[in-house]
Amino acid sequence: MLTATSIPSLWRLARVEYDDVRKRPVLLYPEGAVLLNDTGAAILKLVDGQRSVGDIARMLSERYNGADGADPTEILNDVTAYLSTLADRELIRDQ
Amino acid sequence: MTSERPTTLLAELTHRCPLHCPYCSNPLDLVRAEREISTEDWKRVITEARALGVLQLGLSGGEPLVRKDTEELAAHARSLGLYSTLVTSGLGLTRARAEKFRDAGLEHIQISLQDADDDNAERIAGVRSVKQKRAAAALVRELGFAFSVNVVLHKANLDRIQQIIDLAAEMGADRLELANTQYYGWGLVNRDALMPTREQVDRAFEIAERAKQAHRGRMQILFVLPDYYEKYPKACYGGWGKVYLVVTPDGKVLPCHGATNITTIAYPNVREHSMEWIWQESPLFNAFRGDSWMKSPCSTCERKCIDFGGCRCQAFALTGDAAMADPICTLSPHHHIIESALADANATTPFTYRKFSSEPQPA
Repeated sequence: MLTATSIPSLWRLARVEYDDVRKRPVLLYPEGAVLLNDTGAAILKLVDGQRSVGDIARMLSERYNGADGADPTEILNDVTAYLSTLADRELIRDQ
Repeated sequence: MTSERPTTLLAELTHRCPLHCPYCSNPLDLVRAEREISTEDWKRVITEARALGVLQLGLSGGEPLVRKDTEELAAHARSLGLYSTLVTSGLGLTRARAEKFRDAGLEHIQISLQDADDDNAERIAGVRSVKQKRAAAALVRELGFAFSVNVVLHKANLDRIQQIIDLAAEMGADRLELANTQYYGWGLVNRDALMPTREQVDRAFEIAERAKQAHRGRMQILFVLPDYYEKYPKACYGGWGKVYLVVTPDGKVLPCHGATNITTIAYPNVREHSMEWIWQESPLFNAFRGDSWMKSPCSTCERKCIDFGGCRCQAFALTGDAAMADPICTLSPHHHIIESALADANATTPFTYRKFSSEPQPA
């Protein structure tokens, strides 16, 4: 389970590609693919092995500032949960 | 017609291979070089597969490096955004070719190992190969490819699973696939020689589970159980014609690499049809979609949406009817076939090595 201070990085075997057949972003890795929604893709775009989970949540909060349901605590929880799920599958590494 | 989109294409570029492994998943009737489809055919297959939705490409065989156009196909796949894996024995992966693959944008190379014990590894492969595999693995690491090691497990190497895991870690693998033998093609011919005992499987499973935790974050370990010891059958590739396609060296398109044994339905071929037609319209791909084809006990079983009646190829190979329940299932009326195969697991039987029909058996 990641926390706000974890520094996530994408597994070096994985990359995000836009699938123009399904019209959505997709995370590709050996023998597998995860279809991403826009939120997932926005989170992964900010994962660079430098920023913490908290940094990523803050950047997304600022981006969605004023939008409905954009509560910073809620966004932090969502980002943490999302990246933790990918970490369980070893697609995200905690440095 | 189906609304499903395939995600994975296994391109069996050739059946030619320097190894003779007795569990090979290729069919007994191997396709000869003169019947292989051309570079242009493969490029069209890959382009059409991407248009259908394929995201993952396995460049496989046989030994895919026997063909001289494998780099060109890897470059073509990368230009379409595909994630490609070269599935190789390691034999033939020279520095010059490895660099060409890197320049082509190939991302992932999977090298097979037969055992951690060198003599036994070469006995299983039927050929001197250990030194070349080690050199190939070092090259894959040096050039920065994503690197998987694949080991097919069976009676003759399962007891060295710890040493196999240690060897893969020492080679610097990112992933280790420990896949128990599947009994199709050559594997079925050699079933008595390959079938492990339950004690062997249980011990190996425990070691693999511990190693998964120990290597977490450095080397991902996958352990595929032998289905003969399972209570229910596996859901082959998420169900027939749902996510997976295989193209054979002579252009046949199959929902599973075991399907060349199903002799009752015509195989569609890329020489005659588009991938779109084959996926959507061909009788073979539609034969076992949905559940209207199912017989008892599958048709009324609550698990039919979980395992789809198991593997059609295994049902055909063992019962002669591809619409039967996979005999792996303890509910199958043919389950006694599995039980008697397991009863023979202690037998000592020599290997029948994989070969083209006119080749002599390796020493």
